[in-house]
Amino acid sequence: MRKLEELINELDLEVLSEGVSLDREVLSGCCCDLLSWVMAHGKRNAIWITVQAHVNVVAVASLLELSGVILPSGVTMDEKTIEKAQEEGVTILSSKMDAFQLSGMLYKLGVGSER
Amino acid sequence: MKPEAMRPSENQTTKTDKDVLVRHVYPIEAEDFASAGEASRKVKNLLKLLGVEAEMVRRVSIACYEAELNLIIHSWGGSLVFLITPHKIQIITEDSGPGIPDIELAMKEGFSTASEQARELGFGAGMGLPNISRNANKVNIQSKPGQGTTLKITFEL
Repeated sequence: MRKLEELINELDLEVLSEGVSLDREVLSGCCCDLLSWVMAHGKRNAIWITVQAHVNVVAVASLLELSGVILPSGVTMDEKTIEKAQEEGVTILSSKMDAFQLSGMLYKLGVGSER
Repeated sequence: MKPEAMRPSENQTTKTDKDVLVRHVYPIEAEDFASAGEASRKVKNLLKLLGVEAEMVRRVSIACYEAELNLIIHSWGGSLVFLITPHKIQIITEDSGPGIPDIELAMKEGFSTASEQARELGFGAGMGLPNISRNANKVNIQSKPGQGTTLKITFEL
């Protein structure tokens, strides 16, 4: 089992919104840009990689109690959405790596796919 | 789970008002994607506050969000009602149109009539109603084109 903080350090992720706690556990991973799909299949305490960076991502992550969201390929999120994420306790991270690389690296670190 | 057609003799909401412990009504505007999830967040927080068990909170939250999104994506606007009675939790959405011509088709995973705008945001994959069914104990849809839709989602406590 990995903690958000370890992943941030290992993968050099930028923290856009800290959320509730970076000590939070990450039990699985999910890479998907279809919010409907994530709503149907997302697991609690999963880390979610998506290029979608609008406010609905925050709502989905919060409702499903995901451990956090990683925006790949240097995708940015606007200030208002970041504020909203912080308000709702959702961790938002970003990386220069693309979604494929990030998934591979996460897997290597022991974050498996959904059980 | 298959949605059943509601018989006209059945009550639209709950048996009697005295059964209802909590009743909240949230107005939902059509195409208001910026506020999507606000009602569901309030419902979720309330359930947590009431000490409802975590897995039930999650199931209700997911179904509630899908129902809220359906109003935003597909309806001309409507309301989402959240009810708790001693034995069940209910989410009821009502809208003024345009109605669902073929409910069976709408329940099919992958079928969607969502707008381009909804799809660009990552919605409209045709998974909303199936996802509601998966999480609820009972789903009831009443709809007629031109007369709007009533969706009743029940969770047994």
